[in-house]
Amino acid sequence: MIPSLATAGASARARPWAEAGRRFWANRLAVAGLAVVVLVAVVALFAPVVARHDPLAIDAALSRQGPSRAHWFGTDQLGRDVFSRVVWGARTSLAVGLGTALAATLVGMVVGLVAAWRGGRTDGVLMRLTDVFLAFPYLVAAIAVVTIAGRGTATVVLVLSLFGWMAIARIQRAAALVVRDAGYVQAARAAGVGGARIVLGHVLPNAVAPVLAVAATFVGTAILSESALSFLGVGITEPQPSWGLMISRGSSLLRTAPHVLLFPGGALLLTVMGFVLVGDGLQDALDPRARR
Amino acid sequence: MSALRGASSVPALAVADLRVEFDQRVVVDGLSFSVEVGETLALVGESGAGKTVTGLALLGLVDGGRVSGSIRVGGREVAGLDEAGWRGVRGSSVAMVFQDPMTSLDPVLTVGRQIADVVRVHERVGRRVAAARAVEALGLVGLPDPRRSARAYPHQLSGGMRQRVAVAMALACGPAVLVADEPTTALDVTIQAQVLDLLRDVQQQTGTALVLITHDLGVVAGWADRVLVVHDGREAESGLVDAVLGAPSHPYTQSLLAAVLA
Repeated sequence: MIPSLATAGASARARPWAEAGRRFWANRLAVAGLAVVVLVAVVALFAPVVARHDPLAIDAALSRQGPSRAHWFGTDQLGRDVFSRVVWGARTSLAVGLGTALAATLVGMVVGLVAAWRGGRTDGVLMRLTDVFLAFPYLVAAIAVVTIAGRGTATVVLVLSLFGWMAIARIQRAAALVVRDAGYVQAARAAGVGGARIVLGHVLPNAVAPVLAVAATFVGTAILSESALSFLGVGITEPQPSWGLMISRGSSLLRTAPHVLLFPGGALLLTVMGFVLVGDGLQDALDPRARR
Repeated sequence: MSALRGASSVPALAVADLRVEFDQRVVVDGLSFSVEVGETLALVGESGAGKTVTGLALLGLVDGGRVSGSIRVGGREVAGLDEAGWRGVRGSSVAMVFQDPMTSLDPVLTVGRQIADVVRVHERVGRRVAAARAVEALGLVGLPDPRRSARAYPHQLSGGMRQRVAVAMALACGPAVLVADEPTTALDVTIQAQVLDLLRDVQQQTGTALVLITHDLGVVAGWADRVLVVHDGREAESGLVDAVLGAPSHPYTQSLLAAVLA
């Protein structure tokens, strides 16, 4: 702070991002969500250490056993350790969630920024393209892509980001439209700063907050979608551990061995909630006025 | 100063028959004026008279309108340049200070960084040199402790300080012409005179020609050398400030003056 220059109302405020960080840490739900996210990330990162058994090791003699000291989450139909599969499944989920969110956010930001900055015909074409993708039945597309590219993590990320960038693009465009007409953008133009520099240096930093919040939530949504795709048989394939796949295979055992279904389901619920809470927390921290 | 004036017979800015049209609507209709090095010309008129559009046209910033006529900066024709050509003019030959200093600075960047960015757009200098130039520019506009001020964010500065920063940013690359669009309208009355004095001071140090857009005849009387009264996009009257305000010949100027005295 510069006391001699500070005006009365401004003295309590530090730089905008630091202020947002302070608001985020003051939000208990957001911090709880972040804790869950960090926990899942650590588990995924150290999966070989955390998992106590080989997630792929089949032992017919141990089929459908309940939780025990040897197998904390019990075993599935093939006698595989459910705990180890949930731990390794975290890798699949995070890879899909983060990969998809990253790809979709990048595409959405570029489309939204270009549409807002160029306006006119470019804007019209890009937004109609967005509408087309929104109107496309994504499950049909997923099946088509899987047929061509084969199943696997990369295909899931491709499908989900191909049909997930539209919301980001619309939000980015709306935020950039407000900033485009800001006084400091005109001032930068009047100072001879070029279009690309203005977009990256002034428009993006001032219009990125709502996108960050949505992107964090989107990680959770993507993890959920991966489960749905795997459940339907167009996502991750056996024997790779995936929570969606485990829920799918375990659904027939709901009466006899519910633990096969409940543990991956719980992990899924907890992880998705973690990301959604972080997203909500970012939303509130970055734009306190929009708080309901 | 006088040496500067004498050295060039070419005016810093010469505008001839400037016209700006939006969808068949003529907003600026054949304005001609020139500003000498170190001189201040006031563009006066009520809201919607075409003053601001005229100012923007001097930087090629009229979006969606058709501009015709001649704009010469130091003898060089700039009207009709393409966007890339205009980028080279803006900031380095013709710069602008806007009305509201609360919105004309980017809230997420330090003021020093914003000025340094402008320097780096126009000159091949490194970060350190640009940062030093920013500090220098902030010193020129009278910010206390320019080195520390450069690290301040806009919200940490008062309105008057921000407008000083905006002036520093406009002057960072030594433009020949500075267009100031109602630079004090958004400020407290007590600060207005300070900013106008500042513009006069830096003008005397740098020899910049100043186009001062205002609706305030008090500002014209106190700080301009010559005045151009604009009415409906056309020139109503022009001349030395004392002559025009002392004995207005055009009925529009008379009504403007009457409005102030009333």
